[in-house]
Amino acid sequence: MGSHGALKVVGRRLLQAAPVIVLATFIVFALLKLLPGDVAVTLAGDNASEERIAEIRRVYGLDRPFLAQYGAWLWNALHFDLSRSLLSGEQVLTSILRCFPNTLLIVGMALTLALATGIPLGVAAATRPDSFIDRTVMAIASLGIAVPNFWLAMILVSVFALKWNLFPATGTTAFSKSPTDAIYHATLPALALAAGGMAEVARQVRGSLLDILSSQHVRTLHAKGLSPQIILWKHGLKNVGVNLLTVTSLLANRMLAATVVVEAVFAIPGMGNLIVHAAIQRDFPVVQGVVLAMVIVVILVNLIADLLCAVVDPRVGR
Amino acid sequence: MSHAATMPPARQTLLDVRNLGISFATAAGRLQATRDVSFSVARGERIGVVGESGCGKTITGLSLLRLLPQTITTIDGRLDFDGVDLATCTPKQLRDIRGRRIGMIFQEPMSALDPVFTVGEQIAESLRAHRNIGKREARDRAIAALNAVGIAAPERRYDEYPHQLSGGMRQRVMIAGAMICSPQLLIADEPTTALDVTVQAQILELLRDLSEGSHMALLFITHDLGVVAETCTRMLTMYAGEIIEDAPVDLALEKPLHPYTSGLLRALPRLSARRSALPSIPGRVPPLTQMPQGCRFRPRCAYARAGCEAEQQMRAAPDGRRVRCWRFETLDLPGATA
Ligand SMILES: Nc1ncnc2c1ncn2[C@@H]1O[C@H](COP(=O)(O)OP(=O)(O)OP(=O)(O)O)[C@@H](O)[C@H]1O
Ligand code: SF4
Ligand SMILES: [Mg+2]
Repeated sequence: MGSHGALKVVGRRLLQAAPVIVLATFIVFALLKLLPGDVAVTLAGDNASEERIAEIRRVYGLDRPFLAQYGAWLWNALHFDLSRSLLSGEQVLTSILRCFPNTLLIVGMALTLALATGIPLGVAAATRPDSFIDRTVMAIASLGIAVPNFWLAMILVSVFALKWNLFPATGTTAFSKSPTDAIYHATLPALALAAGGMAEVARQVRGSLLDILSSQHVRTLHAKGLSPQIILWKHGLKNVGVNLLTVTSLLANRMLAATVVVEAVFAIPGMGNLIVHAAIQRDFPVVQGVVLAMVIVVILVNLIADLLCAVVDPRVGR
Repeated sequence: MSHAATMPPARQTLLDVRNLGISFATAAGRLQATRDVSFSVARGERIGVVGESGCGKTITGLSLLRLLPQTITTIDGRLDFDGVDLATCTPKQLRDIRGRRIGMIFQEPMSALDPVFTVGEQIAESLRAHRNIGKREARDRAIAALNAVGIAAPERRYDEYPHQLSGGMRQRVMIAGAMICSPQLLIADEPTTALDVTVQAQILELLRDLSEGSHMALLFITHDLGVVAETCTRMLTMYAGEIIEDAPVDLALEKPLHPYTSGLLRALPRLSARRSALPSIPGRVPPLTQMPQGCRFRPRCAYARAGCEAEQQMRAAPDGRRVRCWRFETLDLPGATA
């Protein structure tokens, strides 16, 4: 890929990013306002008078028109000010920086696991179509895709944590404090996330590899006298690469969303937990901040995937 | 037709195909796609294989390198290549012959090249598969090969991808890749069909020059009898999975011995488009599942008589020719020049 192609990819993605960010945060903001519940009531405490609640609304600007509130938030965000949590008073950016590494570790581990197991399984299945191995892999994959990850998470907790005591049931350790302990804590949640991913990767790798291996250009490789190993690992995998990257970025996005559930089961103070608690209490600066951060992460993931695609496949990005 | 007459003085057999039969296991049962295909290729000889769509040209070519889908294909007969039976040799022996002693090029150079590797790499890797040489030397030799097939600025082209080249250039790349180990036989399956006419002529000339220059035999599969006339020394005509005539090109064109060959010649210069009937021969090729008893051409043959319902064997004819028609001596068939 020339630098020209890369620039084009980056430019296209960044142009798409701005409206997506505005739209996503606006919709979330609107939903928070539409749903019943009021943070001012929570802040005012039990048995507060109507006047007290109204005053709190005024202090926090909650009485201003809807668009004005959103506009003010967006304006501040553009200046890297995500304001403070209405409840704890903590800078939203600080909360995000504290929670994000926990989520990143789980998703990173889950993605690694999914690829490390899914690719070999897919290759094994594709190189022996309709064999016992192929059918077993496909059966496992169907199962992995069908099982909901919250259910798997609870099974993992009850078996590996509560029954056999192999892993902690809840909580985290910061990666910066103790990497091994952090990984230890993240193992079960990562497994819960990885199962579906592994299945998806195995299925995609098998499908696209089967197509490639029966293609005309692979016939040419055989005609040239190349070994089956070179044909599979050099040509097969690079041809599967673009598909694999697309699946991987989809998975990364899906796993980020699924952390909401998995973090709840394992009581992990990550982004998912942060946004769930904030949303329940209508702590909208926190919700908005997390949504903004997640959208940016998703855009970055897709950008990286696009750039890698252009590296793997010379036809992309021209 | 001047090239057609140049036969090597002492005929040294390179490939000897005996009773090749190809069948496929399909949902509808076993399909016998070719039977009793026998021919031999001498060193440096250029053989054209012609016949209507579906007669088995491509699968015959592919079977020589065992490139047909393994799980469903059965190959009977002997494919003796310089003492090795290609039908039964070990995968290792086969790999050693593929690309090094027998090269192959295909109709669609775009789909025959790997889209995600540079063309240079694809040529160099054939070389590295067969010769113990380093990356640098392989690169230099691949660039020389690109140059030899008439590609300008080969150093730059080396690093380009198939989609960046024109159709003619891609086919040149295919040829460079197939020739890099100087094979003794090149199987070319309709290598110019997908190209426009001027490029076709250039590629044909290139193939003929390469064959003459390095005494490489050529098995040239085509729909185009004009191409055979210009490029080849001998012509095999196939019909419904059988070879029905085998003759030096000039003789086959001038005085065909089989009614089918004669019919094909009257459709010169180009056989009609795929799947449509030939204007000079009534009817259509029978499907594999409904082969007529006896002579397979009988339902379409204007010369059919009682006796044609007997199964036809290849018969020896004068001038080293062979023909699958018991009446060939009594028939006086029109050729291309008639
Ligand atoms: N994998 C397969 N399974 C079943 N039948 C097949 C298979 N491959 C080829 N055939 C059949 O074998 C016969 C010969 O096919 P082949 O491709 O060799 O024809 P051809 O002479 O090359 O035709 P064309 O001029 O169209 O290229 C055809 O009837 C075809 O349908
Ligand atoms: S054997 Fe009979 S039917 Fe067949 S080609 Fe000869 S004359 Fe025609
Ligand atoms: Mg064909």
